[in-house]
Amino acid sequence: MNDTGIGASVRRKEDFRFLTGQGTYTDDINRPGQTYGYILRSPVAHAKINGIDLAEAKAAPGVVAIFTGDDMQVGSIPCGWGVNNKDGSPMNEPPHPALAQGKVRHVGDQVAIVIAESYAEARAAAELIDVDYEELPAVADLATALDQSTLVHDEAPGNLCYDWEIGEEAQVNAIFESAHHVTSMDIVNNRLVPNAMEPRAAIGEYDSATGEYTLYTTSQNPHVIRLLMGAFVLQIPEHKLRVVAPDVGGGFGSKIFHYAEEAIVTWAAQKVRRPIKWRAERSESFLSDAHGRDHVTKAELALDQDGKFIGLRCYTKANMGAYLSTFSTCVPTYLHATLLAGVYTTPAIYCNVKAVFTNTVPVDAYRGAGRPEATYLLERLVDRAARETGMSQSEIRRKNFIPEDAFPYQTPVALQYDSGNYTATLDRAEELADVAGFQARRSEAASRGKLRGLGYSTYVEACGIAPSAVVGSLGARAGLFESANIRVHPTGSVTVYTGSHSHGQGHETTFAQLVSDSLGIPIENVDISHGDTNKVAFGMGTYGSRSLAVGGEAIMKALDKVITKSKKIAAHVLEADSADIEFKDGKFTVAGTDREMAFGDVALTAYVPHNFPHDELEPGLEEQAFYDPMNFTYPAGCHICEVEIDPDTGVVEVVAMTAMDDVGRVINPMIVEGQIHGGLAQGIGQALMEGARYDDDGQLLTGSYMDYCMPRADDLPDFKVGTTTTLCTHNSLGVKGCGEVGAIGSPPAVINAVVDALWDQGVRDIAMPATPNAVWNALNGAKTAMAAE
Amino acid sequence: MYEFNYHKASSVSDAEQALRNASDGKIVAGGQTLLPTLKQRLASPSDLIDLGGCSELCGISVDGDTVTIGAMTTHAMVANSAEVQSAIPALAGLASNIGDAQVRNLGTIGGSIANNDPAADYPAACLGLGAVIVTDKREIVADDFFTGLFETALDEHEIITAIRFPKPEKACYQKFPNPASRYALVGVMVAKMSSGVRVAVTGAGADGVFRVDAFESALDGSFSASSLDIEMVHLPDLLEDIHGSPGYRENLIRVMGKRAVEACG
Amino acid sequence: MTNVSMTVNGRPVSADVEPRTLLVEYLRENIGLTGTHVGCDTSQCGACVIHVDGKSVKSCTMLAVQAAGCEVTTIEGLANGDDLHPMQAAFRENHGLQCGFCTPGMVMSAVDLVTKNPDLTDTEIRDGLEGNICRCTGYHNIVKSVRAGSNAMKAAE
Repeated sequence: MNDTGIGASVRRKEDFRFLTGQGTYTDDINRPGQTYGYILRSPVAHAKINGIDLAEAKAAPGVVAIFTGDDMQVGSIPCGWGVNNKDGSPMNEPPHPALAQGKVRHVGDQVAIVIAESYAEARAAAELIDVDYEELPAVADLATALDQSTLVHDEAPGNLCYDWEIGEEAQVNAIFESAHHVTSMDIVNNRLVPNAMEPRAAIGEYDSATGEYTLYTTSQNPHVIRLLMGAFVLQIPEHKLRVVAPDVGGGFGSKIFHYAEEAIVTWAAQKVRRPIKWRAERSESFLSDAHGRDHVTKAELALDQDGKFIGLRCYTKANMGAYLSTFSTCVPTYLHATLLAGVYTTPAIYCNVKAVFTNTVPVDAYRGAGRPEATYLLERLVDRAARETGMSQSEIRRKNFIPEDAFPYQTPVALQYDSGNYTATLDRAEELADVAGFQARRSEAASRGKLRGLGYSTYVEACGIAPSAVVGSLGARAGLFESANIRVHPTGSVTVYTGSHSHGQGHETTFAQLVSDSLGIPIENVDISHGDTNKVAFGMGTYGSRSLAVGGEAIMKALDKVITKSKKIAAHVLEADSADIEFKDGKFTVAGTDREMAFGDVALTAYVPHNFPHDELEPGLEEQAFYDPMNFTYPAGCHICEVEIDPDTGVVEVVAMTAMDDVGRVINPMIVEGQIHGGLAQGIGQALMEGARYDDDGQLLTGSYMDYCMPRADDLPDFKVGTTTTLCTHNSLGVKGCGEVGAIGSPPAVINAVVDALWDQGVRDIAMPATPNAVWNALNGAKTAMAAE
Repeated sequence: MYEFNYHKASSVSDAEQALRNASDGKIVAGGQTLLPTLKQRLASPSDLIDLGGCSELCGISVDGDTVTIGAMTTHAMVANSAEVQSAIPALAGLASNIGDAQVRNLGTIGGSIANNDPAADYPAACLGLGAVIVTDKREIVADDFFTGLFETALDEHEIITAIRFPKPEKACYQKFPNPASRYALVGVMVAKMSSGVRVAVTGAGADGVFRVDAFESALDGSFSASSLDIEMVHLPDLLEDIHGSPGYRENLIRVMGKRAVEACG
Repeated sequence: MTNVSMTVNGRPVSADVEPRTLLVEYLRENIGLTGTHVGCDTSQCGACVIHVDGKSVKSCTMLAVQAAGCEVTTIEGLANGDDLHPMQAAFRENHGLQCGFCTPGMVMSAVDLVTKNPDLTDTEIRDGLEGNICRCTGYHNIVKSVRAGSNAMKAAE
């Protein structure tokens, strides 16, 4: 192994600039002549706009211009994925205006932009705008939204976006009728706010000399924004629209989507002929960043007399919020229901999903997107089924795992898993978590008055998103390939242009390791360039743990082309046949001889082609590749959580969190562990702390860090993490993806541990987040119920 | 933030004068609550009068059985003061858990008390220990000082200069933080004074900090945790929010109260 | 407008600002030091932590005028050229950062924390970082970094 190659914990190339305050985030950029935009947002959840009086605001100091929906007549913000109803008809897809067109549909909906010489002036002027709102009842509650007479969109009767299904309902029902045991649960997957630490920001700029627009934005995928905003909203052709996503301070899904503010500042910059910077304050982020999760599900698992799972059926309502955000529609369907086999051999599965409009912020992908929801309901059901049938948590899982020799394994819900070894992962996790010693630890805790519990979760997810042919057949309106360009410079240094975007994942290091390993050159000689549509040919961006499995593979493919061309050059110089050239450790050798040429010499020769045969060999050394995966990748693992509960206060302390994950080949173990840590923290956050709450009027009650509980250092333990490895069989690196596993696997492990701790007190279930008040209520409710019996 | 005029006062009388001259003046001490309020445009004072230059308001002195803390003394100074740690460890402990390290470096005892946030810690210390709030005009006993949510007995142009704490026989403050904001969801100060036991609760009351008479008389009878297994009669209305129902807060008053008694030894 | 002067990273600076200008705005917009970040508007996230007269403070919760005449250190002032401060080096070595947005505040808090108490337990480190929120790392590697940074600072003395 090269010490900067595959498998090495190379320290990150990007860290120096971040540690010295030299990162360049969108809000750090200032353009000549820049103005500042403030977005006036709706204070009410649902209202008609009968009029907007701008007179006073327009006269306020520093104001350059004010625009409302009347001014901004542009295309609707598109949804990227069409989902069909079970009868085959298309989903209901109401318009999604950048600035409100006569109606507002959630608190935070964009009503106007005020552009001024300073941010303070823009904000002050916005307070002078008089909007005549005619308030309407709000549809704020997911569970009852379908029954409300109030419609979020007149175009969507019953507030239904789609009524979708997978599987044969009648066949699954028949299995349930003959089942030996049925475990049944009502499950809520709580609504979350992603809360990347960098609030969103955007700078729009227009160059009247060239007719070119530039948008600097906090995005995980600048090309996707260029496509969606350019082609659908503003009708700006690609060659006149540059989108730059510079350093981005975390995304977790929330910065995938094309947001209204991006279109507003880009469009308005052309009107005022000056750059416009907009940045969200955190309270604005809560009201305008897409939220995540938010499902209610009725789920049932059927078992035979041997404890084998024979059927699963789920009926899910998924909140879309007020408008369809970019990937919102595929999250509860193709990223959720298709995962319901989990790591088990359940032969028959049915899932119905009703997507619902409400007067709340749009809901879309958040770290894991659909897969945490699937894992949570499945692992809660399995945990309960074990308790009801008298099996241990380990036994019920082992009995139902897809066996190691069954891969490739076709599930009944569309996916074909390529590889995995779930028993091995469980074995290692149980060992690392010291499950054998748990009873002793529980007794010791009891002596201190604490209730100690242990919870399991064994999961599989689908990532490396995604094979274009498959997602295209399922309604995706884009391909999900990735591009890479390798530019070898004359002195042998390399710049890689990748369509993946790094916003914390460390691509500048991991991708450079691929190049260092492949070309045998020092990692210092490799730079990774990303995030600018004028530099990178094309890109679908970073989400769904796809960067290495798709973006990395594109790099590998381009590297293959570089090596192939380099062999031709070496063959020419060494006067051999290129088929006889071998490449190893950065050297091209004529097989069986000592004639060799270093990579750097090949690079120089490529640019000094004094005697190239021009009909056979072009000068230069630069190669482009596009990679479209054959299949999803399937990371899997086992998370085991141990908690202690203080029955007096209901406080749950996570005393141990063990994650054993199979993410395929690991390129940089340090970075992979870091990704898993971060996912675990978000998973524990979902399980115990975080939850977006609306009141009946559609006001967000958790609109700042005063009320939305973010995990802090003292809320979390040190994590015990490890990896097992089965290689992905359909990509050259054998990689599967690691960005989401922590957030997917951990929430049910935590809740299963809480339920385990409380089971003997009579508690049977507890919803996320299991806050101190909620746990205390559950304990008291159970006490009351037991006393009544 | 709305615009305002800024004055850096050099003395209390200078500040008082500036306050009188302003149409709607506001004192800024450490600013750790006021500035977030201004940033959210929830207040729009015409003038901000900064006490940061009034060095006479900063400092801690112990005289016999009394600890006097200047109004501009930061939470960090109280927490780290050897005198306070020795005279009233419960007070130093309370200060060491207010906000976070950065808030403690700027936030002041005078600012906290003048603001009287229903979830702030210091009001429980003042009321629980029976402190005297000293202003540029008079002295106000804590029982008369805290008059409601964000309301105090301070007159319009009155400035807190110091807080005098009598030394308790023993005392302990137990805080149950709001998981999100880290303010007190319930904080209970139990103090055994020469005059009897005082129990003050912050975070829970719909009208701010209050005393729990039932607990005080029970502890006067027997200073042990089990004495608190009684009904809390005459409790004021308790706050209700997404972090704690009134019932949960009532439970926490008892649990934190007992823990405070136990920690008193 | 008021003229506000102070010393930032050892350099005297001065700018005319409105009294309502926050210290973080002064640093980012008037002085051009964008390493100090703003991640929330309720004084909780800690992305804006800097040192004023040797103490860590949230620069989003202090007016620039309040810091007039003070000695201010920001993340840009911690390293010596290309030589990272031991705490910065520890964050790099222990992968204590991912997206980098909370990092400047986290590092500034950590330096103040361990300067006051060089012998912290992991629990004390976690408690001491209460005022800094990170969404990427799960804090595991931050705690490790602060411990390592603390040891390196002691060794460097």
